[in-house]
Amino acid sequence: MPHTHPETELHNPQSTKPPLDPHLKALENEAIHIFREVAAEFERPVMLYSIGKDSSVLLHLARKAFYPGRVPFPLLHVDTGWKFREMIAFRDEMVEKYDLDLVVHTNARGAAENVTPFTHGSALYTDIMKTEALRQALDAGQYDAAFGGARRDEEASRAKERIYSFRTPDHRWDPRNQRPELWNVYNGMIRKGESVRAFPLSNWTEVDIWRYIQAEEIPIVPLYFAKKRPIVERDGMMILAEDPRLELLPGEAKREEVIRFRTLGCFPLTGAIRSNATTLDDIISELETATVSERQGRAIDRDQAGSMEKKKREGYF
Amino acid sequence: MTAPAIATAALDETAVAHPLQETARVARDSRPLRLITCGSVDDGKSTLIGRLLWDTKAVKEDQAASLQRDSKGKQNDLGLPDFALLLDGLQAEREQGITIDVAYRYFSTDKRSFIVADTPGHEQYTRNMATGASTADLAVLLVDARVGLLEQTRRHATIATLMGIKQFVLAVNKIDLTDYDRSRFEQISHEFKELALSLGVRQVTAIPVSALKGENVVYDGRASMPWYEGPTLIEVLELATTRSAQTVGFRLPVQRVSRPGESFRGYQGTVAGGSVKPGDSVVILPSGMVANVTKIVTFDLVRNAAVAGDAITLVLDRQVDVSRGDLIAAIDSQPMTGLAFDAQLVALQAEGIQPGKRYWLKSGSRRQRVQVQPISQLDLKSGKWNHADELPMNAIGKVHLSFDEQAVFDAYEQNRTTGAFILIDPDTNNTVAGGMITAKRAAIGGIHTEDSRVILSLPADLADQLMATEIFAGRREEAEVRRVTAAKAIEIIDTIDE
Repeated sequence: MPHTHPETELHNPQSTKPPLDPHLKALENEAIHIFREVAAEFERPVMLYSIGKDSSVLLHLARKAFYPGRVPFPLLHVDTGWKFREMIAFRDEMVEKYDLDLVVHTNARGAAENVTPFTHGSALYTDIMKTEALRQALDAGQYDAAFGGARRDEEASRAKERIYSFRTPDHRWDPRNQRPELWNVYNGMIRKGESVRAFPLSNWTEVDIWRYIQAEEIPIVPLYFAKKRPIVERDGMMILAEDPRLELLPGEAKREEVIRFRTLGCFPLTGAIRSNATTLDDIISELETATVSERQGRAIDRDQAGSMEKKKREGYF
Repeated sequence: MTAPAIATAALDETAVAHPLQETARVARDSRPLRLITCGSVDDGKSTLIGRLLWDTKAVKEDQAASLQRDSKGKQNDLGLPDFALLLDGLQAEREQGITIDVAYRYFSTDKRSFIVADTPGHEQYTRNMATGASTADLAVLLVDARVGLLEQTRRHATIATLMGIKQFVLAVNKIDLTDYDRSRFEQISHEFKELALSLGVRQVTAIPVSALKGENVVYDGRASMPWYEGPTLIEVLELATTRSAQTVGFRLPVQRVSRPGESFRGYQGTVAGGSVKPGDSVVILPSGMVANVTKIVTFDLVRNAAVAGDAITLVLDRQVDVSRGDLIAAIDSQPMTGLAFDAQLVALQAEGIQPGKRYWLKSGSRRQRVQVQPISQLDLKSGKWNHADELPMNAIGKVHLSFDEQAVFDAYEQNRTTGAFILIDPDTNNTVAGGMITAKRAAIGGIHTEDSRVILSLPADLADQLMATEIFAGRREEAEVRRVTAAKAIEIIDTIDE
């Protein structure tokens, strides 16, 4: 994927990229403001990097915010061990290309006990390999602020989350007792052990993310684009069937379909959609006529009522 | 409502099915409009926002399905899901059936995108309304057509005005339940326009609405109310203006200093007012040092100008001492600097605002110590300011701010960024107030500091008595008494208490 180099742009005001439309520009400005504010106010910030499209936008904004300096904090990837292979390859490519500091954490206890989405169910698996793993990683790094790519339009409980979202020393979120957040004046005062999750993309919608990726030519994992891939149907979802650890259950069969992914998580829990969208234009026009939300493909949102709020209270991003 | 079965069935067809809408490629030509919705519990506020999201197709099928599932038996007579459930995302709220916090919602039309702050109507959550209003360009106030304006309406309009909102829409909801009574609508909108005028708001649009039936929200309600020829709610929102911070001179609160190498030193921040271009002379406040802008750096290119809202890196022509919290401003249009300011604030926490307590004040990127002296509290019922020594939660008050170090502000009326601040309680680290600067306190006031000494301007006899008291006997070094006539003293005190 082509990418423009800031160094040449700096000396080339006749950039070929058309200026951002005012809507995306306003969102970009807000996100950059948040990045700079957190980087200045906290001692040990970190950026949660999930390798998905929102993370790609987040990373791009971080690079913009601190230009001409480098991104002044590490990226943290909580690796469950069950991510799509293409995601891991993409991650390593980005780190190399943009000279980033990357911290990868896997819950060693969970891995040792062989906690998998197949054996433990999506709820318990997510709790151990994502939520608990994230807490471990944040504690280990003594991070006092963590950037995340969450958007308020994703899910009902996120609609009320602050841009600086306060966490207790055990990483809990108390939705009833959030700090008021007025104007763009953020309160970053915390005690030792407490932390803040900062969400620069709070006011973005899914369409905004895609338009911005297109306008800024941001690299993303190829799984977002339609291609003929092996799949297996399970629990009403089409799961990518390329990892040898995926064992077919009785009655299941592998087949090839032209599919893509709207969101990327752990491959056994992420459903593909049938799609012919092979370009960003295709994706955007597909999105504009879409009748289901992006999280529809996520098993973890549905495993119990109010499930995302519950996960968030416990420290899930 | 007991609509005949056949009518209900007919409505089912049109209303439940997802509105068919041309999904033309969105060509946005303007910034997103931020709005706040306010109304009492029963005005149907959540239904209105739900209707906006539904009719602009911001709700997807799976969300609608879970909405249908969650609504269970609570569907209304039209067979529509309970729109309130779209918004009341937190379980606590679902259980209590009320909205307890600010929720942000997003929708767009082919003309513009919108960010809605949905805030609770309950009085005890004034603080949330202030939060939502702080960033809003426009306020939608809801009233029930059968009930008309409430004390609550005045309260919300007042708070919205104080927070700087200058465009109001009055949605006279449930108009269907008055049989689309035109005179009722006109009476309510007339009353509201009077109220708005008394608050100094001139941009008011009143719209008769049925949020439940979707009349005059996104689609027009001409079939039911041919007498109404005005715009729908969405049309007003599409045409509303976003706030502009370009009325005052250039302002850049410095968030951080970028020094990636020996050769580069830039000041990073978001332009909070006016515009800037290379060659402009600027002053760094509070130090007062002067420099010229040489470059405006962004990731994409070196720009020849930046305007309010732009996140930039500014390079100056000389080595000056600039650090986080400083304000870079146009040399010919400077903000106010001083140790004492007047402000209005909203108390946000249970402990209220205590007189004389020292708080952290954060404005822009600057955080400094401040002492807050409450002067008066707004009676939202009457609109009068009553004397107050402390401010309880949800109170709106006038206060005096005293700083140890130079503070830099614009009046909030002139600049919603450099005129705004929050107060942080150093004991709890919680945000306890949101405030707006009204003016710098004149240095010729009755009490002020000069070289760290307090100057008391008092009538001669009172001054003598005071200096004889125990309190002052031991603190002569700290205070100086200036003897003035009684008339002069009254004049000075009047200016303090204004």
